[in-house]
Amino acid sequence: MKRKYISRHSLMNCLKKVQTDGISLYAPVTRGEQTDFRFITSVDDLSFDSVQTVRSAKAVAFPCSEKLFSYTKEKNDVQLQDYNPDVLPEVLVFGLHPCDAVGFGPLGSIFNWDTQDKPYNERRKRLTLISLACTRADEYCFCTSVGGGPGNTEGSDIQLTPIQEDGYLAEIITDKGNEWYEKYSSFFEEAAEDIRKENYLVEIPVKFNIEEVERKMTELFESDIWQLQSERCIGCGACAFVCPTCACFDIQEDAHGNTGNRIRCWDSCGFALFTLHTSGDNPRSTQSQRWRQRLMHKFSYMPERLTVVGCTGCGRCSRACPVDMNLSDNLKMFNYE
Amino acid sequence: MNNNIYLPYLMIIEKIVEEAPGVKTFRLKFKDEEEAKEFKFKAGQFGEYSAFGEGECTFCIASPPTREGYIECTFREAGKVTSTLAAMEEGETMGFRGPFGNTFPMDEWKGKNLLFIAGGIALPPLRCVIWNALDMRDHFKNIQILYGAKSVADLVYKRELKEWEERPDVQLTVTVDPGGETPDWKGEIGFVPSILEKLGPSAENTIAIVCGPPVMIKFSFPVLDKLGFKSENIYTTLENRMKCGVGKCGRCNVGKMYVCKDGPVFSRALLETLPAEY
Repeated sequence: MKRKYISRHSLMNCLKKVQTDGISLYAPVTRGEQTDFRFITSVDDLSFDSVQTVRSAKAVAFPCSEKLFSYTKEKNDVQLQDYNPDVLPEVLVFGLHPCDAVGFGPLGSIFNWDTQDKPYNERRKRLTLISLACTRADEYCFCTSVGGGPGNTEGSDIQLTPIQEDGYLAEIITDKGNEWYEKYSSFFEEAAEDIRKENYLVEIPVKFNIEEVERKMTELFESDIWQLQSERCIGCGACAFVCPTCACFDIQEDAHGNTGNRIRCWDSCGFALFTLHTSGDNPRSTQSQRWRQRLMHKFSYMPERLTVVGCTGCGRCSRACPVDMNLSDNLKMFNYE
Repeated sequence: MNNNIYLPYLMIIEKIVEEAPGVKTFRLKFKDEEEAKEFKFKAGQFGEYSAFGEGECTFCIASPPTREGYIECTFREAGKVTSTLAAMEEGETMGFRGPFGNTFPMDEWKGKNLLFIAGGIALPPLRCVIWNALDMRDHFKNIQILYGAKSVADLVYKRELKEWEERPDVQLTVTVDPGGETPDWKGEIGFVPSILEKLGPSAENTIAIVCGPPVMIKFSFPVLDKLGFKSENIYTTLENRMKCGVGKCGRCNVGKMYVCKDGPVFSRALLETLPAEY
């Protein structure tokens, strides 16, 4: 792994150059009180100040609503127009934290564990991820409890760690990151050998033992712990929409007369309609069953079937929850049951 | 790069049969002959059927793999997509994605007796297996079918029931719920589980394949227990709500198992290890 240094000033110039090279920039932008990932036109809009964006960066590879193919009906005949990846942009995702970069791992597993998901893969392969290691955190952060950390480089192509007011340690992690670095190396300087990255990272306490949570959850499938934890859940699905690894989706028709698109949209296992049969039967008819599904999927089914935990500890679900259900608090309960 | 798993085959509706009130069978032919040649499936698999402009819905493939050149599906008009499909006519084009899911282990069943137990609109998934078995009749011993519906009108595949009834190598029993009979009804009257008990088929060297509404399954299993059927010799096929059909959209799982990938065919022995999320 190469270690370099880049000043804030050079970084901004570098990102400007990236844009003039025709690469789209997807990065945190603050509007009003909210900071979120957006495609930005001016690097001056970049926000470095928030602990965490409201939503994760997943939409850049798995959009909230996406066309899978189009159709045209003519009398008895139908013509199909396949998904066209050629129109997709090359994107530099900049300023995401390690918990978001690592989230593309579970997402990729869900979309490719059996058959290959072309729409996801085509977008994903056009992404370069430059993450920002964490020098700040809040009480909702728990990446260290699910195998991550404030300086975790997994999933990132390049990681920047703020080491001074106006400069960053740059770690070149993947081949893709190296290609990117080679292209823009003039903006970088040599890093001093005595820079110790960990000195600059925030400390995030471990809140629970993840192996124990996984084991206990399976044992407690029939327990009333799920009812206890989800009594106040209103099934709004906000947790799923802000999550970097939630990938459940709906397939819908976007019809306009004789033409239209088959689209997929984000969905949530928290919604009552999610599993409702046409007959009226619903295998997960209560909110506590749906809460159990959410947790079991992330912390039991995914580790067992896909060998990856479906959570990166970003804490967004807890920040977004309108009834203040805190995921890490709830997971901690499984260490004491 | 790989193909788009969400892009359906285009299918031409070759023939429509009205089975029962609100229930139709479509015979579908591939529009593209190359696709038709490459298409292979096995008994038990399902697909996503498209009405362009409305969306997709999930049905089993109701015709057997032994009849090549077409697939059939049988469905009841219930929601938006099935209503749109039901209004379509012969010659029109619809979509199909599949085949998806696992299959009935018919190779393992060779040399055994097969007992089919079906209720209502759940005969279509078993019809595929029944014809598959009948098309290779020498491989199986006794083939017994018990089929029940609410009323005589609700029985599906009426012409095939007649054909099975007339075959000496099939034992067919058809029953309707009390009150569902017509004056000239010659079959049984009663619910499937009680007729099953009355018939008392032997569990010896026999595989039971059960598909029907949850209440029928619930009351048929204890009868099979009483008759000495072991859980590993009882099979059923599940139909949870699905969208993708390929293990990604996240809604059809029963515990850690996806109905669309690990099913839809499950042995009762396997179901007993899973939560009752179906």
